[in-house]
Amino acid sequence: MKNYIAIEAKNIVTQFGQSVIHDEVSFKIQRGEIFGLLGGSGSGKTTLLREMIMLQKTSGGQMLVLGTDVMKISSKMAQKLRQKWGVLFQFGALFTSLTILENVMIGMREYTNLPDWIIEESALMKLSMVGLPPKVANMYPSELSGGMKKRAALARALALDPKLLFLDEPTSGLDPQSARTFDELIVTLRDTLGITVVMVTHDKDTMANVLDRFIILGNKKVLFEGNMELLKQTRDDELKKFLS
Amino acid sequence: MKNKPSLHVTQTNDGLSVTLQGNWVKETVKALDLAFNALTCNPKTVYTFDLSGIREFDTHGIMLILHYTKKLEIQNCIVLKVGASESLEKLFTVCEQHYPEKKEKPPKEIFILSFLENVGKDIFEGYRTLSYFFAFTGELTQHVITSLLNPLTIRFKATLYHIEQSGARALPIILLTSFLIGIVIAYQGATQLEKFGANIFIVEMVTISAVRELAPLLTAIVVAGRSASAYTAQIGVMKITDEVDAMSSMGFSPWNFLVLPRLFALMISLPLLVFFGDIVSVFGGMVIATTQLDVSFVEFIDRIKETVALKHLIIGLVKAPIFGCVIATIGCFRGFQIDSSTESVGKYTTISVVNAIFWVIAIDAIISVLLTEMGL
Ligand SMILES: Nc1ncnc2c1ncn2[C@@H]1O[C@H](COP(=O)(O)OP(=O)(O)OP(=O)(O)O)[C@@H](O)[C@H]1O
Ligand SMILES: [Mg+2]
Repeated sequence: MKNYIAIEAKNIVTQFGQSVIHDEVSFKIQRGEIFGLLGGSGSGKTTLLREMIMLQKTSGGQMLVLGTDVMKISSKMAQKLRQKWGVLFQFGALFTSLTILENVMIGMREYTNLPDWIIEESALMKLSMVGLPPKVANMYPSELSGGMKKRAALARALALDPKLLFLDEPTSGLDPQSARTFDELIVTLRDTLGITVVMVTHDKDTMANVLDRFIILGNKKVLFEGNMELLKQTRDDELKKFLS
Repeated sequence: MKNKPSLHVTQTNDGLSVTLQGNWVKETVKALDLAFNALTCNPKTVYTFDLSGIREFDTHGIMLILHYTKKLEIQNCIVLKVGASESLEKLFTVCEQHYPEKKEKPPKEIFILSFLENVGKDIFEGYRTLSYFFAFTGELTQHVITSLLNPLTIRFKATLYHIEQSGARALPIILLTSFLIGIVIAYQGATQLEKFGANIFIVEMVTISAVRELAPLLTAIVVAGRSASAYTAQIGVMKITDEVDAMSSMGFSPWNFLVLPRLFALMISLPLLVFFGDIVSVFGGMVIATTQLDVSFVEFIDRIKETVALKHLIIGLVKAPIFGCVIATIGCFRGFQIDSSTESVGKYTTISVVNAIFWVIAIDAIISVLLTEMGL
């Protein structure tokens, strides 16, 4: 068992019609790692993330998540796998007809046998962890600001204490201070619960302080794989842009 | 099994020692909650929680410990925690910081009060919708007038697009229903007329009822079902995705871009659809007349020319744009009522179709009574 590898992408090819987005992209993500997907706008980061969580099919290659190939998975296994991860979408994607509290509770309601009061208290705790005041609990997503929606969506992603956390630009739309608090929270969760985090980010501070390793996508390929120290030694002009 | 979660209480010199063991994760929390419940609570005692036996843990398990800790503290007990591993300690601190102090409990509902409250809300909501509707129609009228005075501001391309979507594409289903309605009236009439030997009267019966009432009404109902719902959903989703706001902020009036093209499209295409409906339903009647009553096509058409006044056709055709106006207005109005939740799209789309069909029938009834009173 390759137990220490959480996600492995092998020669992923993605095409939308004629346009190729990924051409043989490969990388490995270790368990307990905070892994970054970087790259310019439109370089296919969100698409890659969607392929990991089975929202999109690859045109070629293999995507192994927790040891199973998500392209050849039975629907029963897929359902099991889905309970092991939490996802934060780029634009939040809260359920608009539910209150914030209900949004956070819905996963626990469906997938656990926890008593109601525990579900409610842990949902409130998660909301507080992501920095939302208790009064938003009974509000609807439309009544929140963009950054608040993002945090609520993060609380929903964290609700089931997932083993794997996928975050699409978690700190965009947050003020710098909240972004740092958020970074700390992610690191604490990783250190204590041993979760694996895959995040798309453009935030320089997050890159430097939080990410253990990252890849930079560009030109349909992986331009770089490694950490900040390694990136600082690069001579490539294309890559230097990510440092400034 | 070692991992089986458990809770042991032992009496010590200083108070009670509680040993926590096994996995404290969301799957086991329910059982542990019961175990905690069984824990006797002696006020003013020192409880020592020994956390060293905990193997796996997550925020749910920690929350349970926190919950009962707080509960004991309220009873003036002193709770000490020992033996937590470093990572448990760390997560514990985070959870403790964020433990919800007081839950905001919604006040208890009393049936009669909440019933009255709902009635009040509904009435107020109805009143508000009505005043919005008047405001909407008022503004609509104003925009129709200004754009008719400056015809260049009319979005012709959008109007044509909606004529195609709501008019041309509705043609097949309208032809089919009208044909069937022609057959139905003729068939029912035929059996009755045959008894009197008054076969030829089938012509007036079918033609007048079809062109004056049934074809316009049916066409309007089909269009209401297709287009009122489409308009509501389109505008509503545009509102949810902030497209309407984006439009206004760029100086594109949603009236000119969204409402008027739809309104004009239905007012133009509905009379045309009704005309086709008229022809096909009369044809349906003719088919039955030939096969059942031996009234040939030629006889049928000659008789139409002789006995059926043109006013019936005109009345039917004049009603069509009115129906079109009603359907488009209701469809757009309900669309703008959709707020930020996706659920309201479904709700208002349904309301919009029901409203549109109801008002088409109601207005038809009013016109029918008025015209008859006027002797037309
Ligand atoms: N459903 C789709 N159909 C066609 N092309 C698509 C589709 N989804 C994405 N693309 C294309 O794939 C490319 C990558 O998109 P993706 O959303 O993954 O970018 P990204 O790296 O997340 O960018 P950003 O940083 O702006 O979020 C883009 O060029 C986009 O046009
Ligand atoms: Mg993206």
